[in-house]
Amino acid sequence: MLKCKNISFQYNRSTWLFRNVNFALERGEIVGMFGKSGSGKTTLAKIMANYLSPAEGEVIIDGEKSVFPKVYPVQLIWQHPEQAINPKWKLSETIEEVEELDKEIIDILGIKREWFNRRPHELSGGELQRFCIARAFHPDTRYIIADEITSMFDAITQAQIWHALIRLVKERNIGVLAISHHISLLERISDRIIDFNQLKSCPM
Amino acid sequence: MNIVYELKHETNEEIEKVQTHFLLEIKNMSLTIERFNKGFARECLYAIRDFHLQIQHGEVVAVVGASGSGKSLLADAILGIQPKNSVIEGSVNYENQPLTEKRKKRLRGNDIMLIPQMTNALDPLMKIGKQVKALVKQKNKQKTVEEIFRKVGLDPEIYHQIPSACSGGMIRRIFIAMALASEAKLIIADEPTNGLDAEALDELLFQLKMLARDHRGVVMITHDLEAAMKIADKIAVFYAGETVEIVDRKHLKKGGKFRHPYSRALWNALPQNGFIPIEGSQPSPAEELAGCSFADRCPIATRRCRAEKPELQKIGKYEMVRCFYA
Repeated sequence: MLKCKNISFQYNRSTWLFRNVNFALERGEIVGMFGKSGSGKTTLAKIMANYLSPAEGEVIIDGEKSVFPKVYPVQLIWQHPEQAINPKWKLSETIEEVEELDKEIIDILGIKREWFNRRPHELSGGELQRFCIARAFHPDTRYIIADEITSMFDAITQAQIWHALIRLVKERNIGVLAISHHISLLERISDRIIDFNQLKSCPM
Repeated sequence: MNIVYELKHETNEEIEKVQTHFLLEIKNMSLTIERFNKGFARECLYAIRDFHLQIQHGEVVAVVGASGSGKSLLADAILGIQPKNSVIEGSVNYENQPLTEKRKKRLRGNDIMLIPQMTNALDPLMKIGKQVKALVKQKNKQKTVEEIFRKVGLDPEIYHQIPSACSGGMIRRIFIAMALASEAKLIIADEPTNGLDAEALDELLFQLKMLARDHRGVVMITHDLEAAMKIADKIAVFYAGETVEIVDRKHLKKGGKFRHPYSRALWNALPQNGFIPIEGSQPSPAEELAGCSFADRCPIATRRCRAEKPELQKIGKYEMVRCFYA
């Protein structure tokens, strides 16, 4: 279980972005989260994936407290794939960031072999996002945080990506936190839905 | 009796005139980018293949398409800020007169305005009020600007702040305020809904509608079919650089379906309608297409679709579809 215990965060010293957020995510479940823009959802996602450290509180992963030698078991997938990939690398190099990637993942996500020899600017956003998702599936990954991963795409691409991702995480028993503004999407994909504003105990 | 008859005749003529009078009319527009690869091999990118659009005063027309279908270039082509190595063909009429490069230069920023996709398009060092004020033509500029700010739900105090103090949602509102302040008749909004939460989205759609009520034309370029169906009077569905369908919202409201197989697939892929994806992705702009652009993914495609390109057929007065079997 991925547990956030009493997490608080502030960007400047005078105001808290949120205080005492408590939240838990089981392996194998998909949790949807929505909330106003600017309320700190992405910041919480970054804290959970260890990009930021909280001002107070702690993140506990399956009972351990975050000392992991190589690969962090919580992986974050970003909204803008073109900003999350090194623009100078070929995509085969990007995908090599994961050692021992299961070949099956590439097929399920619908990544074509000829895309490997291209550079990021030669692919569309939807195609790049598939690489970002594949990159998150290290054998040690236990939780994935999907921060608005399909809000840039049309409905068909969105459905393609989510169908593939749901199949992958259910097979591998990975917990997913899906953050989105799109409530009808969350109702489709998640096992339960949380309003982020109710998690925060301090008013904006 | 006679007089009445004459009056009636006149109004009929007037109505006809209004109906054939388009603010912007685009027919068969294509945009091809030429570039050179390694070894001087010439390569053509067919970014826009065959685009149709008609818009009248007071109307919102949504152009809906997937990312990478050439939507943003469309706005650039109408404004005349397309890349230098590109060739535009086809006819573009603005207020029933051809829109030449020279005329584009004169009209853009005055008659035709772009609401950009990026939120970093404002001058980062200039106060917001000053940037909006520059577009106002009437006297009493500051008062007008403050009034407009109130109209779009912005705090008048923002007048004296610089753009970096504003959130993304606020900057979108500033863009709308700029469009309201200007005397532009045609407003092109490029992906105005990206990254807004549900509440802000509804508000923005209402504001776009407000612009249209002001007797302007609004072209909304978006990937979000749901948002388009909420406000647009007409929806032009765009696939691989082509307009595949133009549908009136009244038709959809009456329970009618989309006519083109791609638009139907898009509709079926919405989370509230089934969430069914279809396989594959759209053809890349480097490909030269012989037949229908959607033939490879279409459930009802025949041999004819792969060999022959379907033309846009008119249905009624404004609606169109590009399919042999619609």
